[in-house]
Amino acid sequence: MLYRENGQFKTSYRADQQIFPIAQDRWLIIAALLFAFVVVPAIASGYMFRAILIPFTIMSLAALGVNILVGYCGQISLGSGAFMAVGAYGAYNFFVRVPGMPLVLVLILGGVCAMVFGILFGLPSLRVKGLYLAVATLAAQFFSDWMFLRIKWFTNDSSSGSVSVSQLEVFGLPIDTDMSKYLFCLSILAVIGLLSKNLVRSAIGREWMAIRDMDVAAAVIGIRPMYAKLTAFAISSFIIGVAGALWAFIYLGAWEPAAFSVDISFLLLFMVIIGGLGSIMGSFFGAAFIVLLPIALNQFLPVLAGVFGVVISTAGISHAELMVFGVLIVWFLIVEPHGLAKLWSTGKQKLRLWPFPH
Amino acid sequence: MGFFLETVLGGLMAGMLYSLVALGFVLIFKASGVFNFAQGAMVLFAALAMARFAEWLPQWTGIDNLFLAGVGAFILAGAIMFVMAWLIERLVLRQLVNQEGATLLMATLGIAYFIDGVGQTIFGSDIYKLNVGMPKDPVIAFENVFQGGILVNKEDLIAAAIAAALVVLLSLFFQKTSTGRALRAVADDHQAAQSIGIPLNRIWVIVWCVAGVVALVAGMIWGSKLGVQFSLETVALRALPVVILGGLTSVPGAIIGGLIIGVGEKVSEVYLGPYVGGGIEIWFAYVLALLFLLVRPQGLFGEKIIDRV
Repeated sequence: MLYRENGQFKTSYRADQQIFPIAQDRWLIIAALLFAFVVVPAIASGYMFRAILIPFTIMSLAALGVNILVGYCGQISLGSGAFMAVGAYGAYNFFVRVPGMPLVLVLILGGVCAMVFGILFGLPSLRVKGLYLAVATLAAQFFSDWMFLRIKWFTNDSSSGSVSVSQLEVFGLPIDTDMSKYLFCLSILAVIGLLSKNLVRSAIGREWMAIRDMDVAAAVIGIRPMYAKLTAFAISSFIIGVAGALWAFIYLGAWEPAAFSVDISFLLLFMVIIGGLGSIMGSFFGAAFIVLLPIALNQFLPVLAGVFGVVISTAGISHAELMVFGVLIVWFLIVEPHGLAKLWSTGKQKLRLWPFPH
Repeated sequence: MGFFLETVLGGLMAGMLYSLVALGFVLIFKASGVFNFAQGAMVLFAALAMARFAEWLPQWTGIDNLFLAGVGAFILAGAIMFVMAWLIERLVLRQLVNQEGATLLMATLGIAYFIDGVGQTIFGSDIYKLNVGMPKDPVIAFENVFQGGILVNKEDLIAAAIAAALVVLLSLFFQKTSTGRALRAVADDHQAAQSIGIPLNRIWVIVWCVAGVVALVAGMIWGSKLGVQFSLETVALRALPVVILGGLTSVPGAIIGGLIIGVGEKVSEVYLGPYVGGGIEIWFAYVLALLFLLVRPQGLFGEKIIDRV
């Protein structure tokens, strides 16, 4: 009763082709946006902004980028950390070397750097598939690790490879409080999120999905594999690059190449697989899961140990966290291999029939 | 000339060790189609177990013979790897039959996190010395052929010999025993193997056990070379280009790929490294493998990939 698609008749092509053709979806999105933009800033504490909300928004953006490549175009990539690093350091160089460049332009240019890098390392995808490609994209990861550590020009000749940015502002508004940081990241996430939601149902999005499902068959019906795969790499690494620049500029403030190690690549892939491959919504779920899990474990494990009267050292807790994290991921893959987005769509299905299921 | 040969020889030795780790990947991928990212964690875990048991055994039993303690530790660590293989098959792989490659890969990453946590909880997270009685002093060979001869590390020689012996043993096991034949049958075609009565689950346990033993040997050799520490896990990441260069499904590919990567890394580091700032060996291996894949997408000896619609 609450979620009914029938009876919503469209009288124009415009209405028929909008992003969210179902009225309930539209309201839900508007409500979610209002909640994120108005309610959350009013109630969240400084800790919540710093530890949960800002990492969550930035990681959702990165997961969105990875999902376009892995979930929609089917090219498994373990080089996402490298794309983030290129975005971050690219943006940093524009920021430092061109005084007075607006922050939004800096972020976009950082994304463009990541895009070029992504296309370059996406070239093997034309020949190599599947797990071979996954390993091949690790080349991007190790290359960028090395590049930003050894080539001093990229880090503005800082001796340790660690760089920092300060005095960020957008259109004259300084970004210094937690709330302004959060709102800035959220705005970018909202814009890119809507754009990519639109993109994946356009012609190019359908080409990606055709390539993912069966690339030979897609080529036979006239989809150019090279064009489709490279655009997927380009757009995905652009988004990941912007996310990387945000992560460095807004969340970290000061960072070194190790901030974008191969672990980040793994975490991003976890996010899209746990969230759901080929689902924009899933990227948000996955990012929330991976960002919240360590925090929850960190809070919960000492309490649990206290209940049983066991004293665990700090090192013990971090090991236990690793163990629980591993177990939860495996368990999750076993019980819901299609990710949280599948649960979401099952929920919607149930809601269609509620309160009178068959 | 002598220096060049020395570099190549050093590369071959390192390559032999890479191929040991690569072998673990190939064995599991062949038999179960799982790309096992936990191989690195298994190497670390096995090395940790071995190092700690070698330290604890004399305390428990009063044996002060280094060799006996080493053998005992090896057997104990091997037993632990067997139990682990069985548990992984029981609790993870069996539940994930017929899932996509990416999902399985992520599951092995989850296993890797778990093994890391367990290993460090039980065995501690410091750097441990693993002494299995390998001589460390270098010898000079071919002194009469070249000016100054070639400096060879005895430890490397022994390690390479052990690796070679393991490879021979494995190929004998695969070619001559009935279990090995069953393993090859499963590798060729799961369904066909199952239809003639080969129990898939048992085969998977066996192959994970074998991979566990390979990880143990690799961990032992790397551990006695570098010390048992967390960085041992990255050895697996460095062995990945070997696997794709040699082909994911080929045991000889892992060996020859390892040798190529080992030599390529060392030669590039020595002759190319100084021009670009050094430290290039870690990505050079990947780029080498990548360029190679552009020509032969299935690796050196991998099965030809045939696309059907």
